[in-house]
Amino acid sequence: MLDRYFFEGNSIIHRLDPRVKVVLTVVFALGVAFSNSYLLIYFSIFYSLVIIFIAKIPVHIAFKRLLPLIIFLLLLWVFLPFSVKGKTIFEVGPLAITKDGVLYAYRITVKSVAILLLLIAFITTSDMVALFHALAHLKVPKKLIFLIFFTYRYIHVVWMEYQRIKNALAMRRFVPGTNLHTYKTVAHVVGMLMVRSYDRSERVYNAMLCRGFNGTFYMLDHFELKGFDIIFTAISIIIFSGVVWISANQIL
Amino acid sequence: MDKRKSDTIIELNDIWYSYEEDRVILKELDFKLTDTDRVALLGPNGAGKTTLFHIIMGLLKPEKGEVIVFDKVRKNKNDFFEVRKRIGYLFQDSDDQLFSPTVIEDVAFGPLNLGIPRGEVRIIVSDVLKKLGLDGYENRITYKLSGGEKRLVALATVLAMKPEVLLLDEPVLGLDEEHKKRFINFLKDYNGSYLIISHDKDFIYQTTEKQYLLKDGVILEFD
Repeated sequence: MLDRYFFEGNSIIHRLDPRVKVVLTVVFALGVAFSNSYLLIYFSIFYSLVIIFIAKIPVHIAFKRLLPLIIFLLLLWVFLPFSVKGKTIFEVGPLAITKDGVLYAYRITVKSVAILLLLIAFITTSDMVALFHALAHLKVPKKLIFLIFFTYRYIHVVWMEYQRIKNALAMRRFVPGTNLHTYKTVAHVVGMLMVRSYDRSERVYNAMLCRGFNGTFYMLDHFELKGFDIIFTAISIIIFSGVVWISANQIL
Repeated sequence: MDKRKSDTIIELNDIWYSYEEDRVILKELDFKLTDTDRVALLGPNGAGKTTLFHIIMGLLKPEKGEVIVFDKVRKNKNDFFEVRKRIGYLFQDSDDQLFSPTVIEDVAFGPLNLGIPRGEVRIIVSDVLKKLGLDGYENRITYKLSGGEKRLVALATVLAMKPEVLLLDEPVLGLDEEHKKRFINFLKDYNGSYLIISHDKDFIYQTTEKQYLLKDGVILEFD
């Protein structure tokens, strides 16, 4: 998700204040999640697509990011239409597809696509460091930020460690199968990864202590709200509020 | 020789340390480092060289003995704040030391912790990087650097705190000739004293004047 590819752009979206992006993402995502109005959801999708277009993120890359979600959603479509009670619209052998089931699955689908598109539009166009700082400025609990921060930094190292172990296994002609030997080996690999990660976390902490760490992260960069940030936020919020107002009053 | 009078910076008296009850790593260990010393610490694997560094930095607490750094007995956490500020410790694995996503953030981490204003920190960072031939590395992603680059950037993060003494744990292990040479040149220009753990004979002879051997829990002078 947080691929270098995304934020290496230099569009006006990339240059937006990360605090603005975090706030807009959270507010709009919550709005979409709690809303019953399709109008708002469709509008949110349209809005994200416009942002993605301005940010010049190639469509196929954005789609690739959506793929894991789509696979998960397909699973929903396999079960939900059959399992929700309601008016039957179609029968497959002994199974009945209900209208409520289909609608339910559809609503989950558009909502999750809308939220993920928001994330692609705003979060992946931000530098990770800037994002952490934005979270800190927005008074997100420090411990939570550290957690995300170190996960981000060391997931790559743990991955490399896993690759090394995997290669070591392959060098000794380990072929996974459905047998006790495989389960034992996999358990050893997982255990080894955990022990090594724990040891590393201790070494990293020691290294931080040696450089005077006292529990607070100081930031090198300060953010400054630019005129464009304010205008962008204002326009986005006004349009969204307008859509919410229209759907609440059922004008359309 | 008209060497100027040197002051003792680190003094360890009768240090004991063991990981398990029946495996004593350091026993009755005495050690001294002065502010003009350029010393190598040799010894077999598992002899306790890194453990010794950890004790000096206050990361490990000896079971017995006295740690005196900068003329003060250091016992608890607060005592070691000053030690960590004035002694720079380069870890064996640079991945442990570089935890920030970008080089500039990582090098700035130490000075910011010391409460130096941001503007000055930026100057320190670019000075240090320039000194190590790493100009233009500011926005590089730390985990994507090569092994040699990582080591030099890790050194930069240590130097940014302007330490008076360096503890270097296997600083040239796994480095190619080019990066090794850069490391040697840096040490030749360095004003402070240092203590190096290394198994690289050529490197040791080029950078140190005295060699110690840590074996069976004690330190001996070595020639």
